[in-house]
Amino acid sequence: MKAVCWMGKEKMSVENVPDPTILNPRDAIVKITSTCICGSDLHLYDGMMPTMEQGDIMGHEFMGEVVEVGGAIKPEKLKVGDRVVVPFTIACGRCFFCEQQLWSCCDNSNPNYWIAEKLMGYSPSGLFGYTHMMGGYAGGQAQYARVPFADVGPLKIPDGIPDDKVIFLSDIFPTGWMGAENCNIQPGDTVAIWGCGPVGQFSIRSAFLLGAERVIAIDRFDYRLRMAEQAGAEIINYEKVDNVVEVLKNMTGSIGPDACMDAVGMEAHYPGLMYALDRTKQILRLQPDRPGVLRECILACRKGGTVSVPGVYGGFIDKMPIGPYMNKGLTMKTGQTHMMRYMKPLMDRIERGEIDPSFVVSHRVPIDKAPEMYKIFRDKQDHCTKVVLDPWANGAAA
Amino acid sequence: MSEALSIHRENAQSSRGSAALRWGGLIGGGAVAVLGLSKRSKAGAAIAATGGLLALLGTRAGARKKEYIARSSMLVNCSPSEAYQFWRKFENLPQFMRHLESVNIIDQNQSEWQAIGPLGKRIRWTAKIVRDKENEVIAWNSLPESDISVDGIVKFSPEAGNRGTVITAIIVYTPPAGAAGRALVKLLGKDPSFLMRQDLRRLKALIETGEIPTTDGQSHGPRSRLTAAARVIDPDQPVRDRSQIPQMMEMQRRVS
Repeated sequence: MKAVCWMGKEKMSVENVPDPTILNPRDAIVKITSTCICGSDLHLYDGMMPTMEQGDIMGHEFMGEVVEVGGAIKPEKLKVGDRVVVPFTIACGRCFFCEQQLWSCCDNSNPNYWIAEKLMGYSPSGLFGYTHMMGGYAGGQAQYARVPFADVGPLKIPDGIPDDKVIFLSDIFPTGWMGAENCNIQPGDTVAIWGCGPVGQFSIRSAFLLGAERVIAIDRFDYRLRMAEQAGAEIINYEKVDNVVEVLKNMTGSIGPDACMDAVGMEAHYPGLMYALDRTKQILRLQPDRPGVLRECILACRKGGTVSVPGVYGGFIDKMPIGPYMNKGLTMKTGQTHMMRYMKPLMDRIERGEIDPSFVVSHRVPIDKAPEMYKIFRDKQDHCTKVVLDPWANGAAA
Repeated sequence: MSEALSIHRENAQSSRGSAALRWGGLIGGGAVAVLGLSKRSKAGAAIAATGGLLALLGTRAGARKKEYIARSSMLVNCSPSEAYQFWRKFENLPQFMRHLESVNIIDQNQSEWQAIGPLGKRIRWTAKIVRDKENEVIAWNSLPESDISVDGIVKFSPEAGNRGTVITAIIVYTPPAGAAGRALVKLLGKDPSFLMRQDLRRLKALIETGEIPTTDGQSHGPRSRLTAAARVIDPDQPVRDRSQIPQMMEMQRRVS
């Protein structure tokens, strides 16, 4: 089958690899109909995440049709022919954490638990196509994928709903939703959201659905800010203002946003000397993350407010404004998305017509074009917000 | 106090003591030797010789029979009885203890164990159950004719708040002189407790989910030599046979 393989920093390649097989009794094999490039894949593309290996199959946002199930999968849970969206976190459904609905903290799905344990103390759940520290599972930017614990994760989708409307239930819609839910939104609240990429866009819409009065969206690309405006957000282009924190203060009667969300993560851009310093430390491998947005969130947030972090970080940061964080009595909520909590309720909202997630798609291309699309997406060329890959289209003809 | 546990406690003290003796001798003796050499005289030479002897004795102080303790505990989402029943069938152990090749049951209390050391060296011992309290504890010792000396105990204790069962396992290995002993030392590596925790984590997955998570055998693109080398030295994936190494190096590069 065709698969997008990580061959090194900024080197992606579509390779012919063996089709996946069932390895464990609760596995299933899915024939993929749609698959996407995620913003968090760009951290891998840029070589920012440790424990990638040449030849790893990328991708964690995919859906398709079940073509094979393992011996321990009950037919009422999943059977051949089912159309499913596969969540990017892998969860066993039986451990302490799964029972607490903390699905992305599953204790049993990472075969390389000890690697993450060494860095983080304990390992989160396994993820598709996202470093060996997170399990080393082959990802879904391919024609087929092996899905472990397939009786827990995949959400069945009725026929008649197009892929574009439901594919984002695999990651970014629930991730944006959980980011907004983590803002602890109360009636009348103002939420400031850094980053208007796909997760940010879903966070803006989710915040309104959860009852936010105002959403202020921060980015530097006009096409992304316009998309935020269309959802009803007020916007700040941080490259056109002196100080985002001051602007937010002025916009909120000097009280500050009730919640601030970092939907950017470890490769943030921000003005000033601090950026140059953080970037240099990152290049020298002294600091894996550039935490500029996280710092701004903490500084901008009103006293007693909430900082929500759906943005991905990999390791340790310097100059964490712990004094402001402590003295203002802030709360921080974060985590990989507890997918299975949100997929079904959000599916229901899509079916009720409250939201159509396909607004975020900017490019639909055959899988053969994946390597160049990584570059276009990373460099924000061609007004790129979200790339959907067709694993079966003939790339040469497109 | 249980057998393996009491040995563990005692050993924890003595190994610290002998480490102090070793390093003290080595550093102190070394310093005296350097002092002696720096004098460049007959007396100096004598001082240097004394220092050298001290350093040598220091390195020897820990050379008596050493015990290796593998100890870990794991909270498992099951009842003590489920965990006990699974472990009591010793033939189940190779499913989650990666270094074990087989356990054959001889009778109610005795079983034959076979481990694979580095590069395929087989280590065999016969274990006899010395304590067995249903749903609480199992302890076993190796019989004298075994390749190595093993003293193991596992306890099952219910966790408060219906959170499951804490399985605590301690195995004390005493490698004899000779090939089997050397193979065992290599097998246990720098941190025997790491291996025990890995084993218990696999047991937890097996009891809770019915399987052990894996990516062995999944598809991938062309690997590099670097990746292959990393696989060969993976502390959680012991190389079982010398002939495996070239095979592993090649396998990593194979595409389809």
